[in-house]
Amino acid sequence: MIAGTSLHPLPDSQRVVITGIGLTAPNGNDYASFRESLLEGRSGVQPYEIRYFGKTLAGVCNFDALRHQSRKDVRRGTRAGSVGIYCAQEAVKNSGIDWDNADRSRVGVYIGVTEHGNVETENEIYQIKGYDYDTSVWSHHHNPRTVANNPAGEVALNMGITGPHYTIGAACAAGNAGLIQGAQMLRLGDCDLALAGGVSESIHTFGIFASFRSQGALASHDDPARASRPFDQARNGIVVAEGGCVYVLERLSDAKARRAKIYGELAGYAMNTDATDFVLPNPERQAECVELALRRAGLAPEQIDIVSTHATGTHSGDEQECTALRRVFGKSQRTYFNNAKSFIGHAMGAAGALELAGNLPAFEDGVCHATINVEQLDPKCELPGLVANEPRNIGRPEYILNNSFGMLGINSVVIIRRFS
Amino acid sequence: MWAQREVYFLTFRSGNEMTREEIRDEIIDILQDIAPDEDLSGLDDKTTFRDQLEMDSMDFLDIVMELRKRYRIQIPEEDYPHLASMESTINYLEPVMKDMQRVS
Repeated sequence: MIAGTSLHPLPDSQRVVITGIGLTAPNGNDYASFRESLLEGRSGVQPYEIRYFGKTLAGVCNFDALRHQSRKDVRRGTRAGSVGIYCAQEAVKNSGIDWDNADRSRVGVYIGVTEHGNVETENEIYQIKGYDYDTSVWSHHHNPRTVANNPAGEVALNMGITGPHYTIGAACAAGNAGLIQGAQMLRLGDCDLALAGGVSESIHTFGIFASFRSQGALASHDDPARASRPFDQARNGIVVAEGGCVYVLERLSDAKARRAKIYGELAGYAMNTDATDFVLPNPERQAECVELALRRAGLAPEQIDIVSTHATGTHSGDEQECTALRRVFGKSQRTYFNNAKSFIGHAMGAAGALELAGNLPAFEDGVCHATINVEQLDPKCELPGLVANEPRNIGRPEYILNNSFGMLGINSVVIIRRFS
Repeated sequence: MWAQREVYFLTFRSGNEMTREEIRDEIIDILQDIAPDEDLSGLDDKTTFRDQLEMDSMDFLDIVMELRKRYRIQIPEEDYPHLASMESTINYLEPVMKDMQRVS
């Protein structure tokens, strides 16, 4: 049980709410503009070129890193660090917290990452190649850039946060995992305010493109905006994207005390493991993860209004997720399904957190954004409530369920409920 | 690897002496990369870098690294204090760099 059912209400000190959101996506650098792009069908995928690999497509962010960092700090740190800092700073600003007077020893930073260190290691190897692989020109910045806590550590350093900070390595389930970790630490009393979510700098490593291509899982299309096409018959893989999304999480009692705007309440969550394959998903375990989150929230599938799917545009992945979703939601008449990767590509460690942020405004505008680029629906991906190509007015949603799955069979599900 | 360094050393010997002014220009160029937020136009050569610029030990290692990359100069750790100010840096580098040209 997470938020508690009406029969077993939890005290406000054990309820966790979202009170601030900062994000950068390939099609928007804040909560409102990201939502606007999703409702207007605006893609963030563009032509992209990276060393060794050559021309491809990617979701590229254009946020202003210098808004919260000096040039020197941008140079010294990592792209993931810059993404995290931008999102965390914007989230705090968005929350309305009196940051100057906040007790920063009681702030925790929990940032999900799919991977970290590949970009920086590739850069160094590229550098020393020009010196006949002489390791004496290997940068002293390499270790602080590549330690696994780097993105969260850069956030803490930039914002003077002296509470706990670390990253959560959870493949492409990481965005949800960061959020879950933040909520758990709040409930344990380990911090009073959690900056939680996920980041990705993955488009800056050629290795991720090359590996997906070798796997036969890298998307291509003459029109970049149509390359990421989950559920479509002609889908041919993943568009890699960068991005980030950090939430300010607080206990409900604290949020009420400062009369904070509340975007939603964490109603339930679950994580589990397939334990079946390195890359291929297991729909049974995915369904069990969704069911566990529902059970903990005290909800029936029919009570979920929007399911933000994880689907990445690969043939087997999308099909398997739809199998899992049909098993859980097959009888539900009121559940709608959408997908944000069709707009921005796969933002890896940021994906789960970003995709949730793209859906939260539905509590205010009553609209379920679409999954675009469904020209010919794959029959194996048929879902009764799939919102294809055009957004749909769905009335007054009460619950949003956010799927996020990753390699090595890691599954994560978060359920957010309208706060009223 | 050391044999390779010897080759580098031989290839960038030129016979043209590098002046103090040219060494200074090179250090300024390096500093502009390391401290891109700083205005270096009013840098006082006799005052330490630390007293004028926001620089920490990692930045000084960047100077050492850049000299290594650009000129294949290996500065031993015990000599790092010579890089405290522009004047002391030039004094230290002048005899080392007088016969050198940039290699990268």
